[in-house]
Amino acid sequence: MIRSVMVMNTQGKPRLAKFYDFQTVEKQQELIRSVFGVLCSRAENVSNFLDAASIFGPDSSLVYKHYATLYFVLVFDSSENELAMLDLIQVFVETLDKCFKNVCELDIVFNYSKIHTILDEMIFGGQVLETSSTELVKAVEEISRLESASNSITLVPKSVSGWRNR
Amino acid sequence: MASTTSSIMDTLFQRTLEDLIKGLRLQLIGESAFISKALDEIRREIKSTDPHTKSNALQKLSYLSSLHHLDMSWAAFHVVEVMSSSRFSHKKIGYHAASLSFSDSTPVLLLITNQLRKDLTNPNNEFEVSLALECLSRIATTDLCRDLTPEIFTLLSSTKIFVRKKAIALVLRVFEKYPDAVKVCFKRLVENLDSTDPHIVSAVVGVFCELTSNDPKSYLPLAPEFYRILVDSKNNWVLIKMLKIFAKLVLLEPRLAKRVVEPVCDHMRRTGAKSLMFECVRTVVSSLSDYEEAVKLAVVKIRELLLDDDPNLKYLGLNALSIVAPKHLWAVLENKEVVIKWLSDEDPNIKRESLRLVMAMVSENNVVEICRVLVNYALKSDPEFCNEILGSILSTCSRNLYEIVNDFDWYVSLLGEMSRILHCQQGDEIENQLIDICMRVRDVRPELVRVGRDLLIDPALLSNHFLYRILSAAAWVSGEYVEFSRNPFELIEALLQPRTNLLPPSIRAIYIQSAFKVLIFCLHSYLLQRESTTSSYPDTSALSELASKREMPEGSDSATFKAPSHSEQDEVFNPRVSNQSFEELSVGNGGDRTISHGQTSTPVTSENSFTYEAVVNHLNLIELALGPLTGSHDVEILERVRNLLCFIELIKGEVLECLVQKEENLNSAEMKSSKIIKLMSDAFSEELGPVSVSAQERVPIPEGLVLKENLNDLEMICGDIQLPSSISFSLVSNHYEEGVGASLPDLQSKEELEPPSEATSLLAEHRKRHGLYYLSSEKNDIVANDYPPANDPKLQDNQNNDTEDLVKLTEQLLVSKKRPNQAKPRPVVVKLDGDVVPVSANRPGPKDDLLSGAVQEVLLGSDTRTSTSRSNPSDKSSSKRKGKEKLITDPSSELNENLGDAEKLDHENPSSRRSKHRTHGKERRHKSPGKIREEREENGQKEKKKSSHRHARHKTRQRADVPLNVVSETPVIPDFLL
Repeated sequence: MIRSVMVMNTQGKPRLAKFYDFQTVEKQQELIRSVFGVLCSRAENVSNFLDAASIFGPDSSLVYKHYATLYFVLVFDSSENELAMLDLIQVFVETLDKCFKNVCELDIVFNYSKIHTILDEMIFGGQVLETSSTELVKAVEEISRLESASNSITLVPKSVSGWRNR
Repeated sequence: MASTTSSIMDTLFQRTLEDLIKGLRLQLIGESAFISKALDEIRREIKSTDPHTKSNALQKLSYLSSLHHLDMSWAAFHVVEVMSSSRFSHKKIGYHAASLSFSDSTPVLLLITNQLRKDLTNPNNEFEVSLALECLSRIATTDLCRDLTPEIFTLLSSTKIFVRKKAIALVLRVFEKYPDAVKVCFKRLVENLDSTDPHIVSAVVGVFCELTSNDPKSYLPLAPEFYRILVDSKNNWVLIKMLKIFAKLVLLEPRLAKRVVEPVCDHMRRTGAKSLMFECVRTVVSSLSDYEEAVKLAVVKIRELLLDDDPNLKYLGLNALSIVAPKHLWAVLENKEVVIKWLSDEDPNIKRESLRLVMAMVSENNVVEICRVLVNYALKSDPEFCNEILGSILSTCSRNLYEIVNDFDWYVSLLGEMSRILHCQQGDEIENQLIDICMRVRDVRPELVRVGRDLLIDPALLSNHFLYRILSAAAWVSGEYVEFSRNPFELIEALLQPRTNLLPPSIRAIYIQSAFKVLIFCLHSYLLQRESTTSSYPDTSALSELASKREMPEGSDSATFKAPSHSEQDEVFNPRVSNQSFEELSVGNGGDRTISHGQTSTPVTSENSFTYEAVVNHLNLIELALGPLTGSHDVEILERVRNLLCFIELIKGEVLECLVQKEENLNSAEMKSSKIIKLMSDAFSEELGPVSVSAQERVPIPEGLVLKENLNDLEMICGDIQLPSSISFSLVSNHYEEGVGASLPDLQSKEELEPPSEATSLLAEHRKRHGLYYLSSEKNDIVANDYPPANDPKLQDNQNNDTEDLVKLTEQLLVSKKRPNQAKPRPVVVKLDGDVVPVSANRPGPKDDLLSGAVQEVLLGSDTRTSTSRSNPSDKSSSKRKGKEKLITDPSSELNENLGDAEKLDHENPSSRRSKHRTHGKERRHKSPGKIREEREENGQKEKKKSSHRHARHKTRQRADVPLNVVSETPVIPDFLL
């Protein structure tokens, strides 16, 4: 079971934080901080696994991957395979790439809700449900279409906010 | 009117989430100020009646909560409002906020049941259903699960894959929160295993993997289904989960292992995916390690991983190797050169794993060499890894009372060496081991004193606070066994050197106490030496007494615990000794010392060392060094300083005087001080024997002693005084107290030190039971310096720290496993009854018995079992554990049982069960519960007659349940596989 998904940049700013067990916001902050503390001390080109037992309690491992300015982190227990989790990060990033055309940190910063939609399609309650980025993109696009369709009914706020953003 | 206006204004000019993010990035007023401003805005907007404004505000709040750690529990009710919006985009924001912020204790949870039910049964919009499912997977409580089980049950057979897979995944949470849901949903969950859609299968297998990991036993009956998927599936994700499941199941059912091992190996050979291959390897090494062929294949694959360039694969390879190590050490030895190479890898994970493996290879034949190599690695490692290396050396060598250490002189000097490593932070552990070895291994004491002296004498060490504990051990050893010291005066100087003021008071007190002991020894030796020059006096016997006392290692056991008072009798009844001339004694004494030192050194107490000048100088030195400390605020220091100074005061005048008078009227003048010194020396030289932790229990309670009397009054009187806890019933922690006890410089203390008669008899008894207690005397004939020579002379010269050399060296060391016979027999290590040999940790029991009970009920249709397992959870788990242990430890008897078992099965099923099952798997499963029940009832009737047979058949379960009611407690696990 996956316990947590985090994306943070190389300065330690969280860009995405999802915990599949309830954690208070203070605890979340502490966890993110301690994960970053370990990550930033690691050299390049070393293995992507960390023993997370000291941070997340017994039976927990951590896999991370470093892309440009971002760390992608998965925390999971012994019911998951380490290499499969690495693949899963790859799937996630691929999907982001397809959704945003050459994804960069800014895309993730400004698309809070869409990132969550992608992640929720991929991991459901800590379990991996979809591992094909094509399928993921399809589902996410459909959800986005539905969202904008339901929004477009209210013309005034939509047009105003659209105009303001121009 | 005004409120409407503001609401419109809010709506028109509300900041969207994007505006908020942009603002956050550009803000000039500081992030927290900006956020609190934004939060004020949100608080206002979220109360708006316009759903768009409201949901927008909630979205911003969720963002701030998720990434800026803002509490949003106050908005719970607004979340519920937004969730109930009819618009999908709002609903999505609401559900997201709920899964983000709701916990089991959120009060508004009670309000959302109907909303969730409505969304779950929405026939038109599968995405809304999906939203509700997702939210439930995070927030579902027992109540919600109970209320929504029918809806979830319906969704389990939904035609929409998108929804069905999520419903399946949600079942995991539902079962966990509300085990009764098993009765409703389990069957349909199992049916989904047969689905043709890979998504569905993947989801179900994932759920079963989680369920199995908590309670494997309950899912044993599903093994045939799992087996089919394991063989047929082409999906790596599914296969990995399947392997995880079987890794748990085969531990419970050996026959399953036989069936599974082949497909697992097939996958291992065929697959191109490293993840699947690694999972196969892990399954084999952790659960199928009895199958030689499979393990061999796995080790080949591990080697592939180890030689890969990818550090991840290296790491996992090492990981797998350390799982296999306890059972198949050959696998590690085969790959040892790779393992050692990566001891110097840049990746800390890899280094740590290889260290663990190197330690797994340690045996008594190669411990010396491996430790030397590791210490060299430690010297050039970063502080963290250095300490990991040292820590693992310490823990490995001390395992089972220093099981693998043959040469304690070597080990003790290794401890000394380790203490000097710059980054060493293992002070506590080294201290414990120094003291522990000192108490347990008599023969190593001379070397210990030497090591201790080297540590004490080095002023540089006093600036490293990590070493203080080690130094305190060294000081104690030097004081307690000063007779092995070559130069006691040097010790006094070391113990009182000015830099000792850097030490914490408790350790400084030990230093002073040790200095006291050393001083007594010096004075006593000095007196003896002087007396012996006048060899005509019968007093010479004192020397012999000293000699006999100091030679306790060679003496008989009874001499060890001889009460000091007996020595006076010795003086009377030992005419032989007293008639001997000094020369003979001196030679004998010196010779013995040489042996006990294990070195060809000059006798410690050579005549020259204890000169008048030396004694006077050191008395002055002590007075000078300790004088200022009489004003110390620390009571421990103060006490000891006073003791020491008063003692010097007491004897100084007389000693000096009589020394000046030389030998003229020795007889009369010297009597008093020498008597004091002798008494003190007796007190200090009394052996501190190891005492069993449970010794006190065996002391009979004297008659008339009321033990249970309330001592509260006493506590009130001396509440401040800290009573020495558990006085001297543990070896390691009590030496300070013992030191304190021995320090009282008067007759009383001497009497206290005499072991009471009960204790003596107990000790004698103990010794009788344990046979030889200490090492026999012939051991001393071997010169300790004669260490087993290293195989390669190059090795000893090797001082450079070049990694490659070390690698080469280690390889050589490990290759030459067969070492010449030990030149030196292992000294006796004293063991006591109370020494607890660490036992492997208990396995955790099944997580929730309710769930497993429910599952078993559904799978096996055994209501009785469920009820008993509920009423007896602890009993069940413990007995289950016991059963499992038996399973592992007793393979031979089980073999027989298996044979009988197989016969029975053949008898019962003449047709091939397996093929039948594979073609009609589904049908069989539906039938099975009924059939099982019949079988069970039948068995119940015949239980008495057939019990032996059934024992054999389901041994794990059966054994576990024997103490309970056998008839109701033994459901049949249908063995579809055989």
